[in-house]
Amino acid sequence: MADANNKVISMRDAVARFVADGDCVVIEGFTHLICFAAAHEIIRQRRRDLTLCRLTPDLVYDQLIAAGCAKKLVFSWAGNPGVGSLHALRRAVEKQHPQPLELEEYSHFGLVARLSAGAAKLPFWPLRDYQGSDLPAVNDKIRSVTCPYTSEVIATVPALNPDVTIVHAQRADQSGNTQIWGLYGVQKEAAFAARRVIVVVEEIVDEKIVRADPNRTLIPGIIVDAVVCEPWGAHPSYAQGYYDRDNDFYVEWEDISRDEAVFARWLDEFVYSVADRAGYMKKLGNDRRKRLTAKPLVSPGVNYGF
Amino acid sequence: MAVRAAHELRDGEVVFVGIGLPNLACNLARATHAPHLVLIYESGAVGAVPHRLPVSIGDPALVTGSLAVATMADVFQFYLQGGRIQVGFLGGAQIDRYGNINSTVIGPYDKPKVRLPGSGGACEIAIHAKRVIVVAPLTPRTFPAAVDFITSPGLNGKYGSRASMHLPGAGPVRVVTDVGILEPASHDGELELVAIYPGVDPEETKKKAGWPLRVAARLTVLPVPSEQELHLLRDVLDPNHLYIGKRDA
Repeated sequence: MADANNKVISMRDAVARFVADGDCVVIEGFTHLICFAAAHEIIRQRRRDLTLCRLTPDLVYDQLIAAGCAKKLVFSWAGNPGVGSLHALRRAVEKQHPQPLELEEYSHFGLVARLSAGAAKLPFWPLRDYQGSDLPAVNDKIRSVTCPYTSEVIATVPALNPDVTIVHAQRADQSGNTQIWGLYGVQKEAAFAARRVIVVVEEIVDEKIVRADPNRTLIPGIIVDAVVCEPWGAHPSYAQGYYDRDNDFYVEWEDISRDEAVFARWLDEFVYSVADRAGYMKKLGNDRRKRLTAKPLVSPGVNYGF
Repeated sequence: MAVRAAHELRDGEVVFVGIGLPNLACNLARATHAPHLVLIYESGAVGAVPHRLPVSIGDPALVTGSLAVATMADVFQFYLQGGRIQVGFLGGAQIDRYGNINSTVIGPYDKPKVRLPGSGGACEIAIHAKRVIVVAPLTPRTFPAAVDFITSPGLNGKYGSRASMHLPGAGPVRVVTDVGILEPASHDGELELVAIYPGVDPEETKKKAGWPLRVAARLTVLPVPSEQELHLLRDVLDPNHLYIGKRDA
């Protein structure tokens, strides 16, 4: 990193420098803080042969799959939450269309454990899981170990160390000290497990703001390579305290994604023909933005004195 | 089904909640007989008190006013594997005669006829929750004799019984359907009809499972939902009827 104190760059530069063809990529965030802005830039820069890992591929990976960026998906729950299917994913798996997609499947606990092992730089993680399930029969990376203390046989999953993890967050300072509140998902584990970390935030704040509330820092700047400021970068996902989840969009996605031609037109209009996130938000319109903007409900804070 | 599922919950219990009917059932229970129910969502919200109907398991309304927000690593390792969850709710595309659940594929795994979402947290919930309540309409398609893929282990099956596998939780001890309740028989774990809603014919019900469904010697007739329960479901908890049809209430 050229300047450890200022890692702020544009999304275009962050993807150009830190996401390469063939990479193993994690864009995490469980319902909350899913960085669609980064995925759209990856699509625009036409990255290929990516191994995409996420607990819930969600619309974000459906879009990357439809755009031809992915060769493999590592996941644990692949649906449109509360709505139905991920149609690009299903087309790839059921009809090998537009190209085949290799699947590697876990349960949530298994994938969380893989990232925990990756973050701790251990070769595997033990978990009491999978007994009586067919999952180990279709995924030979789910194995077991005999406990050296109790002789109990415990399931194991191997460490997952992505080439790059992209985390969306409410705020960070210029050196990447990142504060998240609301649902954490596996953002911390995914960041610590990765070789490179891009943090995308709603706003960049002065280091004094971070130091005033250090318990809220989930990801320290020492593991961050780039900081990108991209307001509304998680839409149609959400950022607690900034904007609500666009549940209508998730419902609309059913009709957009079911038909391949409509899907392609959507990608053209909202991804390929806009230059950046600001362009996407302009297209989305002010009404939607107003409707989704979070109402204030501020926590009074705590005494850090001694 | 939502009312019936709510009745399965006792005040003060710690419940691992899913989206849809289970979420409705938990919030109905909280509004009626179980105000101290602790709702935990796999997204990390602990002690959630959602002020609107969450349409996703990671809805921001689950965080606002909750008791704690946990990382997902903590949710699965400390809360679930740590044995702190009393009740887990599961559904699925297929449920077999021993309560094994498939939410992965219809057809062979490598060439699926239908690719379903997969486990999510279901596999570990089925293993670790002290008891599991399954909610699903009783049809031969949903309840085949054997499932195409075991995502979440039930009472018995090709890998052995829960006791032989040393599974910590009791598994699916109640299956709430649209016609009544199934429960595993104590001697072999096979699901049998133990209770029906008023007006349901047990002989007709037998045809709705993909195996010869046994009817318990003492078949209970369940009470009709109260006016208050129906009002809460239809007008307060799910005012836009996202999850309840008329017959589901």
